[in-house]
Amino acid sequence: MGLEIMDDIRKDYVYDLVKSGQRVDGRGFREYREISVERDVIKRAEGSARVKIGNTEVLVGVKLDPGEPFSDAPDKGVIITNAELVPLASPEFESGPPNENSVQLARVVDRGIRGSEAIDLEKLCIEEGEKVWIVFIDIHVLDNDGNLVDAAALGAIASLLNIRIPNERYGLTGENTLPMRDTPVAVTAVEIDGNILVDPNFNEENAATSRLTVISNADGTLSGMQKSGSGGLKEEEIAEVVEIGIEKAGEIREKYLFS
Amino acid sequence: MKEGKEEIELIKEGKRLDGRGFEELRPIKIEVGVLKRADGSCYFELGDNKVIAAVYGPREMHPRHAQDAKMAVVKFRYNMAPFSVDDRKRPGPDRRSVEISKVSREALDPVIMREFYPKTAIEVYVEILQSDAGTRTAGINAASVALADAGIPMKDLVSSVAVGKIDGEVVLDLDAMEDNHGEADMPIAMVARTNTITALQMDGRLTKEEFERGLKLAMSACHQIYELQRTALIDRYSESVEVGGE
Repeated sequence: MGLEIMDDIRKDYVYDLVKSGQRVDGRGFREYREISVERDVIKRAEGSARVKIGNTEVLVGVKLDPGEPFSDAPDKGVIITNAELVPLASPEFESGPPNENSVQLARVVDRGIRGSEAIDLEKLCIEEGEKVWIVFIDIHVLDNDGNLVDAAALGAIASLLNIRIPNERYGLTGENTLPMRDTPVAVTAVEIDGNILVDPNFNEENAATSRLTVISNADGTLSGMQKSGSGGLKEEEIAEVVEIGIEKAGEIREKYLFS
Repeated sequence: MKEGKEEIELIKEGKRLDGRGFEELRPIKIEVGVLKRADGSCYFELGDNKVIAAVYGPREMHPRHAQDAKMAVVKFRYNMAPFSVDDRKRPGPDRRSVEISKVSREALDPVIMREFYPKTAIEVYVEILQSDAGTRTAGINAASVALADAGIPMKDLVSSVAVGKIDGEVVLDLDAMEDNHGEADMPIAMVARTNTITALQMDGRLTKEEFERGLKLAMSACHQIYELQRTALIDRYSESVEVGGE
């Protein structure tokens, strides 16, 4: 926890502003900060992306290694998602083993990719029951100014869209490409005094007691949700986030994944 | 989730494999005050799930730097017994239980009047003794009753249940077979008196309409569970109140 003193004081400021219909950075309640997605930034990774949402910056790298399949899915590849909140990225982050926030971040991103079935896991089978590709999605947070989930999820799917299977490195033959079957996009909002604010920045996240992430696919179906924070949400508020979530995901997908 | 799973038919002639209808809960059994040493406790059964919750506190918060000068800190530990699942679970916290502990704590936080006990810890321990899908919801239900049993001031109880999708139908309270072969799972927790959702997770795939229907179904089931929780608490204490009145 341990918020910096100024951040604690800013909570009241953010709250009062929202009550008068404004946001700290002058955005509308349903407006994202500026987004940028840069792909293939890491040569050593099989897929990578650097995503910025305002001042928030996340680097996602995907690596593929041959490994053993799970016994209940002998012909399917494996997805392993991990997130590191490195101390470089924020005064609140400390080094050490993953805490509940990094675990949640990784698991929510993982849930979206898995639920959407974006990766055709059967195409990652090398030898049934023996060897399959393990897809490691590693989320490296570089600068935390709020809404890490949306940045990380966008980085993950952007990385996966350009993925190359490193067959040669392991003396294997086969397709080097892996087309994605879907493009899950996460949209997160917070509730402050009954108002729904999309893409919360760091101060807004602290001022809010509830946050909801909605992950949706190209056809508008949902493939993952997560509420977090020590507050509650009304049914109407959830419905509002779902509606905005699907709409914003569509815009983000169009603009940053298919361009 | 779709491929390789179609061979199992989860719905036959409008009934689920265990004979339940789409909007039917598994049998629930609640016992209050089952542990001697804990300040509050509850044993909760949901079908084949067997869960026990204990509450300690408010007591001194350790480590001290994690104290909150304005309110109590709620600690929540969800833990699965190694023998609670088919393949033995390695003891200790894993990523799944870390996430469930966080989500469960945040499901209870909104009702606990934490500001009454600054600098303290209210500790909630949930042990899953036998698992059959829905353990986190059973754990939240048990914890909420155990908190009341411990005499912690609360605005209301929290009730929790999951909805999901199997064979294309939105159904209430998935069991393990349905969870493993179904298309989606969505646990929620709710404050019944105000219809406030305090936990919501979803994995798998749902349309917006299925989600909305599922949420309504889960909310109405939470009201049913709420009545059972209340009854269990009243049954436990009605006798002692009469004795105390003399």
